[in-house]
Amino acid sequence: MSATNLLLVTLGLALASFAYGRSRAYSVARLHGGVRSMHSLPSHYGMMVALWCALPALAIIVGWKLFEPAVVSSFLHDYIPQSVYEAGEKSVDLYKNDIGNLVDSHAIADIQDPEKKAAAQQLANLQHTSSLALVVLALAAAIAGASLALKRIKANTRARQNVEKIVHFFLISCASIAILTTLGIVLSVLFESIRFFQEVSIIEFITGTKWSPQTAIRVDQVGSSGSFGAVPLFLGTMLISFIAMVVAVPFGLMSAIYLAEYASRPVRNICKPLLEILAGIPTVVYGFFAALTVAPALRSFGATLGLSVSSESALAAGAVMGIMIIPFVSSLSDDVITAVPQSMRDGSYGLGATKSETIRKVVIPAALPGIVGGILLAVSRAIGETMIVVMAAGLAANLTANPLEAVTTVTVQIVTLLTGDQEFDSAKTLAAFALGLMLFVVTLCLNVIALHVVRKYREQYE
Amino acid sequence: MNTAIANDTIDTSLIQRDPVKDSAQEAFHKLTETVGTPTVENAKMRSRDVNVFYGEKQAIFDVNLDIGNNEVVAMIGPSGCGKSTFLRCLNRMNDTIPSCKVTGNLSLDGEDLYGADLDPVLLRARVGMVFQKPNPFAKSIYDNVAYGPRIHGLSSNRAELDDIVVDSLRKAGLYDEVKDRLDAPGTSLSGGQQQRLCIARSIAVNPEVILMDEPCSALDPIATARIEELIDELRQNYAIAIVTHSMQQAARVSQRTAYFHLGKLVEVNATNDVFTNPQHELTENYITGRFG
Ligand SMILES: Nc1ncnc2c1ncn2[C@@H]1O[C@H](COP(=O)(O)OP(=O)(O)O)[C@@H](O)[C@H]1O
Ligand SMILES: [Mg+2]
Repeated sequence: MSATNLLLVTLGLALASFAYGRSRAYSVARLHGGVRSMHSLPSHYGMMVALWCALPALAIIVGWKLFEPAVVSSFLHDYIPQSVYEAGEKSVDLYKNDIGNLVDSHAIADIQDPEKKAAAQQLANLQHTSSLALVVLALAAAIAGASLALKRIKANTRARQNVEKIVHFFLISCASIAILTTLGIVLSVLFESIRFFQEVSIIEFITGTKWSPQTAIRVDQVGSSGSFGAVPLFLGTMLISFIAMVVAVPFGLMSAIYLAEYASRPVRNICKPLLEILAGIPTVVYGFFAALTVAPALRSFGATLGLSVSSESALAAGAVMGIMIIPFVSSLSDDVITAVPQSMRDGSYGLGATKSETIRKVVIPAALPGIVGGILLAVSRAIGETMIVVMAAGLAANLTANPLEAVTTVTVQIVTLLTGDQEFDSAKTLAAFALGLMLFVVTLCLNVIALHVVRKYREQYE
Repeated sequence: MNTAIANDTIDTSLIQRDPVKDSAQEAFHKLTETVGTPTVENAKMRSRDVNVFYGEKQAIFDVNLDIGNNEVVAMIGPSGCGKSTFLRCLNRMNDTIPSCKVTGNLSLDGEDLYGADLDPVLLRARVGMVFQKPNPFAKSIYDNVAYGPRIHGLSSNRAELDDIVVDSLRKAGLYDEVKDRLDAPGTSLSGGQQQRLCIARSIAVNPEVILMDEPCSALDPIATARIEELIDELRQNYAIAIVTHSMQQAARVSQRTAYFHLGKLVEVNATNDVFTNPQHELTENYITGRFG
């Protein structure tokens, strides 16, 4: 029986035990004078039986599958020829792999080498025994668990607590999976970065102004010494994010003020979702909009003014990124502006202030912490954005503050370092992890500050 | 047809009737004119035949009421009877509610409040307002008080502004408590202090009339007593209209009392008379606690 079938059978058993447990609970209840006399509802008893049936069996299946390969291969030892052992650790693994593949593709009969054939035969036998044993064990555990639980269907068994405890535990493990995954990613980035910093000094990485990650593959190759000064990348990131914020903050804030303070209800109900649609456009679409429409337009406009604009420019990428971020800024600001209590506006009107004075001098200052929080979140979004920049700002790591030139950003470099065929232990690929780590630290700080500011603002009016 | 039959078959004699409520209802329907003296000689503000509508719904019916110089007029009545609505007509705060429509004649020193050449923004500087819940701005104590003078350009330099702020805080009886921390946020004060800050804020624009909508309902008894004292002092310089839920408060701070009921002004008289010798049945019911 394959593992999938075994799982299905276990689930079927669990369903059956739920139904049986529940009806059993009803009949026990009838003896005691009604469902009310039982501690828990019949469905809780059914659930309890089902869980007792399924969980031990599932644990056995998962555990077995985790350890089966190691155990089985240790049984193979005697069947591997001496010559393979002599060739070293690697060739043993290779040999075992080979046999494994042959067994999986049911090709044992075609094997010429008698030693290999014997080993493969042995492996097939072992696997067969193992899966039989698993079926027997798992089903036995399921039935034993279910019958134990069935015995516990009594008036005073706290089935509900029993079930809730298991559900509780299940929820905790789901939550920890998300956390553990994040932790795993962070740690792996951290360790790879440490490996990178063993090859390239951290000082050079942070202060160096030349970025050219091509390292020589052969010793006699010329010109590709590889230098890893990340300053141009961070400067490029900052330049593009800055341009994006210059576009997004005024437009986002103004539209938020319009929507929150001036727009009539029908206008607001139409405009707000429309603005939020902007946030749903895939960034790659923005990217080719930037590369194919905005960049050439900027270039020809620059030409009429006598400016030379390169065909891939920080300005094009930043401006389009800014448009992408407008809904971010406007929707967060709109929320905080509407959260400013009406009583505060009334206080201002009551002193003879006009609507615009009230908005500028009372509402916006009161909403400012929340607005700043929203803007910081938008900045970290801008810093992490990749697609638009790849398509519209280019790959050249120029150290420049001129928005009309091509620049590149941290995220774009990570993409170019890791796409294509790469060996994963050269300084060039490890550099991607170091860049990722820096980026992670920067955006993490921004997010922490932003969330802190936003939360502080919430407290003020609750 | 069916309804007529149904009506005939109901035996009305079986329904328990409340004699007080019944006669009150009758009295209310008969009510066409306010009992007492709603007008005064040299009135600061006058209202004549004022009706207020929220969309289709009428909230105020034909109200006539004067507010004299240097007097406190208290407005009492059950919740939802239109006290706030009427008060908000007096400085056109109702303009901020789109569905609200006001008819009739309201005037300040004889000038029509709803006249074509009157700017509601300027009116609100002359008729200040203090709200039910203290609503200081998210600014420092100093900036809260300086807000009005700044937008109206009442001072030409910092020293003058300082004077206005200190003076207003003094008049509101708050200066001694906050003089060391004028830079602290207004929201850091206690509820009673915040309400006095709001009073200082409206005094700072040098109004002629101050409207107060239940200014003490969010405060503890001690803070309430301070504000009541303050209202009595402010009477020397301003005309004041105050909405209150507490009859004791009305008795303590006001010279005249107006009783509102379901949007109609039932009775206006000297405060003493209203509480000791109410003229109208509805007023009497409210004051003796049989209605509310
Ligand atoms: N913004 C508004 N829109 C519609 N109806 C309102 C509004 N404000 C008050 N009302 C109605 O007007 C009536 C009087 O309200 P209000 O003046 O607040 O009473 P009070 O202050 O005496 O408790 C109430 O019936 C209330 O429901
Ligand atoms: Mg009210």
